[in-house]
Amino acid sequence: MGHQVRIEVNGTVYDREVDPRTLLVHFLREELALTGTNVGCETSLCGSCTVLVDGKAVKSCTQLAVQADGASITTIEGLAKGGELHPLQGAFREEHGLQCGFCTPGMILTAVDLLDSNPSPSAEEIREGLKGNVCRCTGYHNIVKAVQRAAEEDPS
Amino acid sequence: MVPANFEYFRAASVEEAVALLHRHSDAKLLAGGHSLLPIMKLRLAEPAALIDISKIHILRGITHHGDGIRVGALTTHGTIASSEVLQRECGLLSEAAARIGDPQVRNKGTLGGNIAHADPASDLPAVLLALGAKVQLAGPGGNRTVAAGDFFTDLLETEVREDEVLTAVDLPVLGDSDGTSYLKFEHPASGYAICGAAAVVKMDSGTCREARLAFNGVTATPHEAAAVGSALAGSDLSDQAIASAIDAHLKIEEPLGDIQASGEYRVELAKVYGRRALQQARDRAR
Amino acid sequence: MSGVIGTSVKRREDATLIVGEGKYSDDFTLPGMTHAVIVRSPYGHAHINSIDISEASKHPGVVAVFTGKDVAASDIGGVVPTGWLLPDIKTPDHPILAIDTVRYAGDGVAVVVAEDRFAARDAAEKVEVDYEPLDAVTDVLAAVAEGAPQLFEEAPGNISFDWDLGDADATAAAFDRATHTAEVDLRNNRLIPHAIEPRSCLASFDTTTGELTARLTTQNPHLHRLLMSLASINLPEHKMRIIAPEVGGGFGSKIHHYPDEAIACFCAMQTGRPVKWTATRSETNLTDAHGRDHASHAEIALDENGKILGLRVETHAAMGAYLSTFAPAVPTYLYGTLLSGQYDIPAIHVRTLGVFTNTAPVDAYRGAGRPEATFVVERLIDLAADATGLSPVEIRRRNFVPADQFPYQTAVALAYDSGNYDSAMDRALELSGYDELRAEQARRREAGDSKLIGIGISSFIEACGLAPSQVVGALGAQAGLYESGKVRVHPTGSVTVYTGSSAHGQGHETTFAQVVADRLSIDVDQVEVVHGDTGEIPFGMGTYGSRSAAVGGSAISTALDKVVAKARKIAAHLLEASEDDVVFEGNAFHVRGVPSKTQAWGDVVLQAYLAHNLPEGIEPGLEETSFYNPENFTYPFGTHVCVVEIDSETGAVELQRYIAVDDVGNVINPMIVEGQVHGGLAQGIGQALWENAVYSDDGQLLSGTMLDYAVPRAHNLPFFETDRTVTPCPHNPLGVKGVGEAGSIASPATVTNAVVDALAPYGVKHLDMPLTPEKIWRAIHRNGG
Repeated sequence: MGHQVRIEVNGTVYDREVDPRTLLVHFLREELALTGTNVGCETSLCGSCTVLVDGKAVKSCTQLAVQADGASITTIEGLAKGGELHPLQGAFREEHGLQCGFCTPGMILTAVDLLDSNPSPSAEEIREGLKGNVCRCTGYHNIVKAVQRAAEEDPS
Repeated sequence: MVPANFEYFRAASVEEAVALLHRHSDAKLLAGGHSLLPIMKLRLAEPAALIDISKIHILRGITHHGDGIRVGALTTHGTIASSEVLQRECGLLSEAAARIGDPQVRNKGTLGGNIAHADPASDLPAVLLALGAKVQLAGPGGNRTVAAGDFFTDLLETEVREDEVLTAVDLPVLGDSDGTSYLKFEHPASGYAICGAAAVVKMDSGTCREARLAFNGVTATPHEAAAVGSALAGSDLSDQAIASAIDAHLKIEEPLGDIQASGEYRVELAKVYGRRALQQARDRAR
Repeated sequence: MSGVIGTSVKRREDATLIVGEGKYSDDFTLPGMTHAVIVRSPYGHAHINSIDISEASKHPGVVAVFTGKDVAASDIGGVVPTGWLLPDIKTPDHPILAIDTVRYAGDGVAVVVAEDRFAARDAAEKVEVDYEPLDAVTDVLAAVAEGAPQLFEEAPGNISFDWDLGDADATAAAFDRATHTAEVDLRNNRLIPHAIEPRSCLASFDTTTGELTARLTTQNPHLHRLLMSLASINLPEHKMRIIAPEVGGGFGSKIHHYPDEAIACFCAMQTGRPVKWTATRSETNLTDAHGRDHASHAEIALDENGKILGLRVETHAAMGAYLSTFAPAVPTYLYGTLLSGQYDIPAIHVRTLGVFTNTAPVDAYRGAGRPEATFVVERLIDLAADATGLSPVEIRRRNFVPADQFPYQTAVALAYDSGNYDSAMDRALELSGYDELRAEQARRREAGDSKLIGIGISSFIEACGLAPSQVVGALGAQAGLYESGKVRVHPTGSVTVYTGSSAHGQGHETTFAQVVADRLSIDVDQVEVVHGDTGEIPFGMGTYGSRSAAVGGSAISTALDKVVAKARKIAAHLLEASEDDVVFEGNAFHVRGVPSKTQAWGDVVLQAYLAHNLPEGIEPGLEETSFYNPENFTYPFGTHVCVVEIDSETGAVELQRYIAVDDVGNVINPMIVEGQVHGGLAQGIGQALWENAVYSDDGQLLSGTMLDYAVPRAHNLPFFETDRTVTPCPHNPLGVKGVGEAGSIASPATVTNAVVDALAPYGVKHLDMPLTPEKIWRAIHRNGG
């Protein structure tokens, strides 16, 4: 049985009918073909599926699409504006903050929320802020450096 | 990753939610979803109906009224952690909320959902006990209030009846001579508490008027060490007084154990964390 | 550009990944695509009495349901083979769907194919399997005990193989004349690889051409094609195309050929519809090949000066319920051969028993055998330091293979190519401020501080750059371990490289482009690297065992030799000079001693394609392929130091510092090399402190989700302090040794040595990983060490 939802994603409003069982992450990946948001676990512990819902980082595997009715969502595909990378995207590249790249969208979006609420975090605050995101490749060293770099570059 | 099928209802008011609960026997309330959806995805829970209360805005928010603070059930852990009012008037709840899960979980998970799920390893239950908080419930017959100490009845079980909605938690305002602390020994995988110790002490010119100590993670329901509190009332809360009160009076029966930490070890952690939490609470009170 | 090797060129891979445009297997959708869910055994060991699929088949949206009997009734082979054989090894069949017996929780028994994920999952619940539970055994030592439940009739005592290496008599004699000995019983904990992308396969079958295409999470697409063709689905290789799109980490777990991917292919062939199967995290925990799981008894013998005389090890290595792809090689040739460590040890003997258990299969996981060997050797050497009264530094120095003794033949078959172990140790001690750390430790111990400090050292060796094909063939490998590289120079001078290496985070598109750019003196941006598609690249062996730079890079380098040689012939012809007088330098060919006579690279390339004026006997075009077969393994090494602080009241460990000095030979891209070290360290530290796959005695995986299996997170780790020494590999053209596994090989021993060091005042000699707070608390307060 479908439920009607209106969800804004990356600036575009979508009216869709969804099965209530549809998780937000599956709605994004399959209904909207935004496959940058990944699924790495099923217990809200890996952070790969993190998106911004009304500006706040949340795990899109732990939200039903029907619950996002009326929300405004930013996925990794919508982070760069007008062809210009977000400072965090650039910083991840400059600092080699990614290897296989699977955790990267979630990691970057979590960091966006982190820097929104704390524009100049210490390394320790960055590590605490990213504790909900698992990276199996980098040992986090360069991820933390990337967030530090973005914070320095964009003192907003 | 795919929950079993369910009917979905969105409630616009508490009354509607109560009515829906009344009508559907195997229904669960859905707020932030952070306790319920993970177990539904693993098919450890298969409710026939979900009643989404997340749009009942009246259940969201923190209000300061006279000698108390009311926190709506839908208030997120993130909001609680960063609330200036709570940090000033009842900082223990903010401190514990800031230790829940991770930022994304705190952005979505709610106070009501957390305590209604009654996970023994969750961070808030012991804090509510130590604070002497009261839980507000709404049901078909009207509203009622349950003391936090009576709220948690067993592993994953609470005083909330099948047709009741948890609407808010009432907290006391703490004064300058009160000190609190929440210390957590974290599970390395889940981030839940293997042992969480919440302490509240009320001091009066160097003498402890009242002390409360409670634990998460150690037993099936949050454990208040009432005897430790009684022993400390009237003491100077010196390190020695705290240590001997814990040695003599901290008795924990039937501790939980798993592959990460045995029951015996959790009890030992409770002694150490209980002592440290009381010491920190005392230092903050002065 | 020449000189681009050795520089930290930013990764070209990142451009798509940071904007979410990288496409992983599960990101692809095909018209008419169906979803598969595999029904798995909830029991560790059970007989299947019957399977009733009638209700599931009737479920709305279900396209097909298959069981093991359906697979067996088809003519596809339907088994997963073992790729490495040992003398007298028992290799029971591993059907892609169990037929009459399940042998671990997670063993597949049926598959449901449906129009959408909901229908597939719901119908899977309706497959009724009547199991008769059997006694299970999950512990590797319990499995070889008298009266243990037996997994296979053909493997009595649950023994798959009983293998040994080295001279048992000489080793016994060494122990007879020893002044000091030390011994330890240790466990190397079972790990779940936990690549962050779960395994996935999207298979489609063209019923008119008979061609199968599968996008799958693989570190070696040709190997998957070969094994599927030979044993699982019996299609000829030319009718199969295996594509590795972006792959979200592997760490070994995506080398192996699993039943699940073959099942997806089988379903696509049977239904004629594209079939997608993607594991949930619970499924990956249950079914990804696990790592490690050894129980060892290890002994060391020393003379009166602390010089090692001999080393003896007996290891029981869990194989799990079936032999996975390279499983038999891991605790034998990738383990026993490394037991000389960095040390000159005249006599070594190792015996390894491969043991079946009712658990997920065990196979290569980052380091594969070498972390286990390093753990044995570096624990023993610390115990030997204790026995002889020498410091951990001094005992290592006394026994290092001296820098002037290379190549060095060990007592366990390997010939180390090059090394300078003292210099790496010197640098690690300097970087860590080792003497000051020891002084701080002494101060704290003196003061009775409840915060204990521990300092650990691990000097490790690894054999990587797998591997000389004749050698591994003689040892049982059912494949060669060379690598392919094809260099296609386009008429305008830009280059496309096709490599058999199959990157999944390692940055080959960048580093291999650097190799080409450096050699041809062209811009890195003029080079494209293609990998991971059997439809495009020559037969290749893939990425694992720290082999890509050493073997895959060397293949590209030797292909470049051929390209330059041909281009020089053309240039000499154009320059009307003798080929011997023509040199290639700075993107042009020059006649030696005649500065005015040059031919630009681009002109020569263009001429190769115009073919208007080629020398006699030279074919048009400029494209060369090389299959590089290494002469030897490579032997990276290093010394790591770490500092831990332990809360003696709770046993909690804080890793305060980690210093890693590695020697991986020449370095193509330092940024990428450091990143590889960081990642390996995190995984090894994870093994030491947190990670543990635990089964109940009756076969339930207790660490089945991320709620119970702890992988390292950002807040658990410090910044790493890394440095390198450089001792080039003497036998490959790039002088590189490989770096992918170094961190995970050294760090479990470094951290364990540090924790044991911290607990020395309590009389603790050894603790098994993971070093959980409770274990440490017991060692301190309950004499549990």
